[in-house]
Amino acid sequence: MKYAVLIYSDETTAAARPDAERIAITGEYMALAQAPEAVAGEQLQPPTTATTVRVADGTVLHTDGPFSTTKEHFAGFYLLDVEDLDAALAFAAKVPAARLGGAVEVRPLVERPS
Amino acid sequence: MATARNRAIDRLRRARTLRDKTELLARETPLAAAPDDEGGWVLDDDASVPDERLELLFTCCHPALASEAQVALTLRTLTGLTTEQIARAFLVPPETMKRRLTRAKSKIRAAGIPFRVPAAEQLSERLAVVLAVIYLVFNEGYGGHDTLATEAVRLGEVLAELLPDEPETGGLLALMLLHHARREARFADGELVLLADQDRTAWDDETIARGRGVLEAAIERGGRGTYVLQAAIASLEIAEHPDWPQIATLYGELERRTGSPVVALNRAAAVAESDGPAAALALVDGLRGELDGYLYLHATRGELLRRLGREADAAAAFGRALELAEREPERRFLRRRLAGG
Repeated sequence: MKYAVLIYSDETTAAARPDAERIAITGEYMALAQAPEAVAGEQLQPPTTATTVRVADGTVLHTDGPFSTTKEHFAGFYLLDVEDLDAALAFAAKVPAARLGGAVEVRPLVERPS
Repeated sequence: MATARNRAIDRLRRARTLRDKTELLARETPLAAAPDDEGGWVLDDDASVPDERLELLFTCCHPALASEAQVALTLRTLTGLTTEQIARAFLVPPETMKRRLTRAKSKIRAAGIPFRVPAAEQLSERLAVVLAVIYLVFNEGYGGHDTLATEAVRLGEVLAELLPDEPETGGLLALMLLHHARREARFADGELVLLADQDRTAWDDETIARGRGVLEAAIERGGRGTYVLQAAIASLEIAEHPDWPQIATLYGELERRTGSPVVALNRAAAVAESDGPAAALALVDGLRGELDGYLYLHATRGELLRRLGREADAAAAFGRALELAEREPERRFLRRRLAGG
């Protein structure tokens, strides 16, 4: 089954982290992306780079910033192809954000006949 | 080529079994049947059909499901209770219970919650959830719904039989049996009777002996977990002359393991018997901050204050307990205490 592993990280604690630690954490994220169960894995630029788009009555509205401002922001994702939810949950538990004050959400993808 | 083809067949086969399992979950009659090759149903008493109750238990008690959904699914799938009966036991409208079950079953399907016994490295963590669900059902039953308590004991028996090497399964079963054996004596004319005042001839000696046997076997297997500890306490408490210092020690051990203030309160009750009410009251008063909304804290304080001759303080404590009591037999019991009975 395919799952999206959505990473919500807490930037307030991330900013306070020394460089060496940050590099080690990035290494962990990259290693997870190389894991056999990961089909894809991407990191997003920080929320300050986001632009939110809405269309109201045919008019396009742009807002500087992310769709929602919370302490944890959507920072990246992995796509997994694994046997079942247990395997996806085990992978998610290894994502650094899960233990660093953030959270990791596991969502199954809608399966469509190819 | 051949391997790729085999892999595809394997995949299909796996998908089909998973679908069969979720259909099993959706069935109107519970557990005693399993799907056969033709898509029909065969009864479980045929030895050739693998026992799937353990897989079912772990699926129903999967940590990805909310606690109330775990309880509802376990009861619906592994006991003879209907959705209406479960709804009644948990005081929710049948429609609510039906939705809860439907939602849980569709999450099992859509999220790919597996139908299997967890691997060794996950087993104790996952088993803890199963044990907690069964014990929760038992406690719900202990408050008056006898059917739930009976079903919980049955589930505990199934679990202990299917996972005999996990001492905590025996611990939980022994704990439930030792409490369940006294169910007839807990109420007299619809009124709640404390352990010390219970009619011992109304105790089910056979069930007590079984409970103690199961407990001993669990201890022999090295069981020192929280359910084994609680069962050991339950066994000591119903002795004719309980060994209160030993009971207080076991509660102390349980308190260290669980960090639970409710366990600390129970230890205080044992200390009252071994060291007297003054020592116990000091412990109970230390818990007032954490347990102010807990009826048994105030009921225990009331008992201790009364033993110390502080009638006015005792009445205030029983009054506070009465404010917090929701179940009618408990309310009546506290009113009698308030009246000095």
